[in-house]
Amino acid sequence: MPAPHAAVDVRNLRKTFRVPRQHMMTLKERALHPFRRAEFDELRVLRGISFQVREGEFFGIVGRNGSGKSTLLKCLAGIYRADEGEIRIAGRLAPFIELGVGFNPDLTAHDNVVINGVMMGLSPAQARGRFDEVIAFAELEDFLDLKLKNYSSGMQVRLAFSLMVHSDAEMLLIDEVLAVGDASFQQKCLDVFYRLREEGRTIVLVTHDTGMIERFCHRVLLLEDGLVEMSGDAHEVGRRYLELNFERRAEVPGAQSEGGDAADVADVWIEDAEGKRVPAVAHGEPFSVCALLDVRERIDRPDVHFAFNTDEVLNVFGATSRAVAANDDEPFLPGERIVVRMTSENALGDGRYFVDCSLHGAERGMIAFRGRACEFVVFGGTTGSGLVSLPHTMRVEREMERVT
Amino acid sequence: MSATEATFPLSPEAREIRGPSAFGGGLRRFLYLTWMIGLTEYRLTYFGSALGYLWSLMRPLMLFGVLYVVFSQVLKFGEDVRNYPVLLLLNIVLFSFFADAATRSVTAVVENEQIVRKMHFPRIVIPLSCVLTATFTMLVNLVAVFVFLVAYGVDPRWTWLLLPLILIPLILLTAGAAMILSSLYVRFRDVSPIWAVLSTALFYATPVLYPIDKVPEDFQRVALANPIADLLQQVRRWVVDPSTQGAFDVIGGLPWLLIPTGVFLGICILGFVVFERQAPQIAEQL
Repeated sequence: MPAPHAAVDVRNLRKTFRVPRQHMMTLKERALHPFRRAEFDELRVLRGISFQVREGEFFGIVGRNGSGKSTLLKCLAGIYRADEGEIRIAGRLAPFIELGVGFNPDLTAHDNVVINGVMMGLSPAQARGRFDEVIAFAELEDFLDLKLKNYSSGMQVRLAFSLMVHSDAEMLLIDEVLAVGDASFQQKCLDVFYRLREEGRTIVLVTHDTGMIERFCHRVLLLEDGLVEMSGDAHEVGRRYLELNFERRAEVPGAQSEGGDAADVADVWIEDAEGKRVPAVAHGEPFSVCALLDVRERIDRPDVHFAFNTDEVLNVFGATSRAVAANDDEPFLPGERIVVRMTSENALGDGRYFVDCSLHGAERGMIAFRGRACEFVVFGGTTGSGLVSLPHTMRVEREMERVT
Repeated sequence: MSATEATFPLSPEAREIRGPSAFGGGLRRFLYLTWMIGLTEYRLTYFGSALGYLWSLMRPLMLFGVLYVVFSQVLKFGEDVRNYPVLLLLNIVLFSFFADAATRSVTAVVENEQIVRKMHFPRIVIPLSCVLTATFTMLVNLVAVFVFLVAYGVDPRWTWLLLPLILIPLILLTAGAAMILSSLYVRFRDVSPIWAVLSTALFYATPVLYPIDKVPEDFQRVALANPIADLLQQVRRWVVDPSTQGAFDVIGGLPWLLIPTGVFLGICILGFVVFERQAPQIAEQL
């Protein structure tokens, strides 16, 4: 699909922010300390970035917080001036990087559409001409006379997104659009993304969401500390991004641990089929959840539980070693370090999961517990929704011919 | 596709992105935006108040009322000035245009932070649209002034048609001041209180309440170094009182007139240069 021409060419882009150590804001301070030079911390946000976006490409930019992706987008959009390097772009840009910028809350939808249209480079007459289309797409026909401040935030986003879609821009730069809006409108936005992609509009999307990347992007750029860490195939880059994300977060926030005198849950982690520790598991792949237990007292008829939770749902799935593990009757002995491994083919749907691990013993109840002991991400789930993604097929059959 | 990728020739229509500037995005867009935003702001200023547009008229009228009572009735000032009430009203309308536009634009860039930081936007639109908004108010007020003028018994003269020759330099001067103030405020927040004091001082230092001939002779030239003073004196001759001297004669001929002209050009050019230089960095300094 990519056309033979590059629509965006960025070479060796550098951008450094000078952050004053003491903010010399007032004239008084200037006057009192005329000879003191303001001291600056140099924040090198972009440290020599080069890449190309091809015509008609859906191009993703990912990176962790502070990796420079928003700064890069602002340079592309002409909001920041780069210190060094070249940016060349073919085609007209939509000037926004965020939805709803430039809306005036005291004006009606009509006035806002016209003004925003002008901001996007239309003439006032053209902007007025597109009003009906914009409103129809945003499904706001019933609220024309309402001031924008009385719109819900979802309605505002719908209007903004609709405006963006109806602008003449040949190229869109988008920063995390889908953070708001209700599910049905999000679906509509996704449909539009598909359509724009098919139409061959060049789109640069900055996002955190690996799902979005894998679904839409032809190619992806991964930024890390102001440098290009990797670029290319969405799937590979997405995987690398997840790895980076979890390397730095060994400790899961909100983890709670209750060790007893008898034993501790020392560690919990996820392994792939080769036994390598991973932060993310593709849907359908075999994986294991493992727990390392430090045993200090004898535990008869031990029982290890794993519980999978999400932020919303407790106990998506629970597994227990008792009556499942082959050697489940052997006691744990003092001084032993025991690894319990649960292996499964990943039937979970896309999302983020937490694992709780607990150890129980005969007549002793729970001996050790570790909540949110480990966190992992499932990606690559097929169509469908819900917490599990069961392998399935579908058929449509007619029981009898419809009489017409 | 792998990590090492072939580079493609750049599309021939590609142009370089040089970052933000005062006019970025084309002249047409700049003009449309200034017009739309200035007009919208004007509509919004009095929108929702019971008297609506009348307020844009009421404000200078009420200020005029107060000052007229104090100066004309209490201090018995202006008895020997021909058509003093009309002159006072006209001066107040013109000066409040300057003061309102400048005051509005001080904080304008900072208030429009969202636009500046998240959109490729010709920055100069922000102070200029403030000036445009104030211009609309002034034009509406001038209609009232001329109604008052005729009602007061001043005979219409052909020189009334020269009014644009006063208004255009006044608007340019105001735009210059607006650009200086709005770009300085981004870096120094002190600009706001300083301007509050300065604009009051300027109100009294400019011959608004009094005509220039009430100023001691030695100081007349000093007062007229302020270009607004010259404009007010000239409009007095053209519109209110044809028997008075024009700015040219009061200041004493051509070489002296170069001083206010220089101040005028200085403010306009400085405003533009300061804003143009500041424009690329505004988004980062906010």
